[in-house]
Amino acid sequence: MAEARAIMVRTGPRLWLSGSWLILMALAAIFAPVIVPHDPLAQDLMLGKLPPAWISGSEPGYLLGTDSLGRDVLSRLISAARPAFIVAIGAGLAACLLGSALGLLSGFFGGWTDRVISRIVDIWMAFPPVLLSILLVAFFNPSLTSVILAIAIIDWTRFCRVVRAETMQQRRMDYVESARAMGLSRMATLLKEVLPNVLPAITVLLSLEMGIAVIVEAILSYVNLSVSTDQATWGSMIAEGRGIIYQAWWVLLFPMIALFLTVLAFSQFGEGLKERFDPVLR
Amino acid sequence: MTAPYLTIASLSVALKQGGRLLRSVSLTVHPGEVHALVGESGAGKSMIARAVFGILPRAVDVVEGHVMLAGQDLARLPEGARRLYIGKRAAFIPQDPLTALNPAKRIEQQICDRLIHILGMKKAEARARALALLAEVKIAEPERVMRLYPHELSGGMRQRVLIASAFSAEPRLIVADEPTTALDVTVQKQILGLIADMQARHGTGLLFITHNLGVVAKLCQSATVLYAGKVVEQAPVTELFARPEHAYTRALMAATPRYDRPEDSLKPASPELIAELAREVALTDAAWARRPAHG
Repeated sequence: MAEARAIMVRTGPRLWLSGSWLILMALAAIFAPVIVPHDPLAQDLMLGKLPPAWISGSEPGYLLGTDSLGRDVLSRLISAARPAFIVAIGAGLAACLLGSALGLLSGFFGGWTDRVISRIVDIWMAFPPVLLSILLVAFFNPSLTSVILAIAIIDWTRFCRVVRAETMQQRRMDYVESARAMGLSRMATLLKEVLPNVLPAITVLLSLEMGIAVIVEAILSYVNLSVSTDQATWGSMIAEGRGIIYQAWWVLLFPMIALFLTVLAFSQFGEGLKERFDPVLR
Repeated sequence: MTAPYLTIASLSVALKQGGRLLRSVSLTVHPGEVHALVGESGAGKSMIARAVFGILPRAVDVVEGHVMLAGQDLARLPEGARRLYIGKRAAFIPQDPLTALNPAKRIEQQICDRLIHILGMKKAEARARALALLAEVKIAEPERVMRLYPHELSGGMRQRVLIASAFSAEPRLIVADEPTTALDVTVQKQILGLIADMQARHGTGLLFITHNLGVVAKLCQSATVLYAGKVVEQAPVTELFARPEHAYTRALMAATPRYDRPEDSLKPASPELIAELAREVALTDAAWARRPAHG
């Protein structure tokens, strides 16, 4: 208990606040079908544009009001957590694995390996990311898998560049030479000695990337290029809310808050983890 | 006389682009002997250490000569077998204790990994051995230090850990690359004493790379003086100090501060000597250029 308090003092509430929000969202994503108060797709035009519960004119049972088709905003908000998390985890991990692997190789082996990978990264980064992702999703046919693929294909460069720089810095340290002198092969040295030192940077990037993936998914939903319309997403809710912002602002506002807090929580969670677990920072 | 444990025979190392870094270097280290490798910065001392372990930078090639460890020409072993062969027989103490330990691993893990990798020990066995070693290098509270990360230790402590780790798998040869350069003077003295002590107790051959002649006189039995990748003098230490043959060795000695000499007696190398050395190096390189083509 005393130790827990000491950690709180050292790292601040960042890790706990962001972690709690993410756990809440993850639970919503997992148990969405069980916990939603209404069917998120059930329309009832008689109950359209109901305001949230604390504003006059609301109906009991519709805590955050309804949209123009009479669908419950809270239920849609909860069920939209699922695609957001699937994309965050899927795209984040895929971009992380691809980019980190190439970054490690590039930074550690140098030479032509590094030149080839670095040039590919340079060329890749010259494409405007949002346009490219729209193009990719359109090409693959819109679905959750294609959104994940598109984000991974675009964002691996982010990992590659940072991991490469970190690896190059580590490679110059004497412990790498000691490990090689002890008889470890280059590959074993990279994985057993260097990787643990690059891992904190990868962790922070991964959690940042998960936040970015949530935003990109929202952007793609916003332009109707994500999952099919029978699945609520934060992006599509924002798109619907935009048209009726003067009559029913809550349709726009609540998914935006959910999106904002989730992205913020991802980035803060990564920083918090780093502060807590990086042996050099501790 | 016994056969040397380490034999470096007319080893030449060159940049892939052309420049020679080592010029036909030969030296031997006998079992239990402490051999000094002396020379100024850039003379190629560390390059020799790296050549012994087969970890030369990629931009560098061995163009001539060979390294024999325990009677085995290392170049004749296939890559994987060579790494294991060297790892079992030789250990390396690098220059900078600040970066020579992996910052992400606890001390326990750093030493145990080595024992497990080289000797194939079980975890518990390796741990017991690591504890004994830390005690042997006079680290107080070894149990506590085992759990620490390198950045929680002082420079001297880290160097002690590195020494413990180097001796851990009982190698018959240790190559120490200026192991005390990064430490302050009082700690240097302790660490040198510790290395001498450990070396004597374990009977390990030691190739001691340094630019400090005082250390050479104290610690070593024989010495090789290196200039621009070329051996300029090789002799038992007593002889080297009594009758330095080469002008460069004398200049090196004249440039070493000593408490029993006035400070203004320190002499930098004369321009004539530098010109002479440059001529000598040019001569070897010319001879090298005229060598018969390979194969």
